[in-house]
Amino acid sequence: MRGTEYRAGLSRGLPVGMGYFSVSFGFGTMAVNQGLRALDATLISLTNLTSAGQFAGLTVIVAGATLWEMILTQLIINSRYALMSLALSQRMGQRIGLLPRLLIAFFNTDEIFALAMSRIEPLTLPFMLGLGTLPILGWTLGTLCGALAGSVLPGSIRTALGVMLYGMFVAIVVPEAKREKEILAVVVLALVCSSLFAWVPGLNRISAGLAIVICTVAAAAICAVVFPVAEREEAPV
Amino acid sequence: MNLYLYILAMAVTTYLIRVLPLTLFRKPISSRFLRSFLHYVPYACLSAMTFPAILSSTDSVISGGAALAVAVGLAYRGKSLIVVALSSSAAVLLCQWGISLLG
Repeated sequence: MRGTEYRAGLSRGLPVGMGYFSVSFGFGTMAVNQGLRALDATLISLTNLTSAGQFAGLTVIVAGATLWEMILTQLIINSRYALMSLALSQRMGQRIGLLPRLLIAFFNTDEIFALAMSRIEPLTLPFMLGLGTLPILGWTLGTLCGALAGSVLPGSIRTALGVMLYGMFVAIVVPEAKREKEILAVVVLALVCSSLFAWVPGLNRISAGLAIVICTVAAAAICAVVFPVAEREEAPV
Repeated sequence: MNLYLYILAMAVTTYLIRVLPLTLFRKPISSRFLRSFLHYVPYACLSAMTFPAILSSTDSVISGGAALAVAVGLAYRGKSLIVVALSSSAAVLLCQWGISLLG
């Protein structure tokens, strides 16, 4: 029974693991482009398991900013996980105890969360562990491969691969912005804000990590006031 | 600053955000503003991180701009993550090649 549940989780997680491999390949290439060693980039992926947070973290590291700035950046950019963990917590109910929850929390990413919430059968610990296994492997090994490729490939190809992660961010945002005008609004606000921080004299002295935090908070807060989400948004699926 | 201190701060902060609502604070968020805010955060931060940083991520603004234009165009047509990413890389290579021919 436990084996069946674990295998069910593994097979649900396989496509996510493959997707993670390609995204983290881009992260690995970008990290070595910016001067990190391959194993250090891999360590970041293994311990964080989050694309946007790691990217922002890399920006903070490269800028040599303070640890407080690192903590603030991660708090803001990864804040959405709190919402997902709350919903997942209610979905798991009493069947899964405290110790397993400490483990499951580690790999509660956007995609794993979506798969767990969409399962019709009750969530069990073996299923959740199976679900997390391949995404964790894919994310970590993808970073390692991307970092190693970035270390040996010629400079021009390395530069080209360095934009992969940006391309993936665009691929996540654009379809949603096309579908919902509220998301389009938040995207436009964030773009205007980040352009100001990049190009306006004075403002462009503010570090990149802090600028990302300010733009994220400003755009999301304005849209939360103007376009509040529907009341039942967080109901378990 | 030591790299491993940064990584530790990153990992611990991210883990705490994920683990506290699964263990200690299990009440649903009642504030509509907060729930809306958290809904919009990913799109805001991905956008702010991509632009205008992508323009200065390559050897010239032209190849960075080409990468952005290709990515937006293909994503708008609903192409998959990996196709969009590889195409924007290819756009950079082509631009660099073109610029080196001209230069």
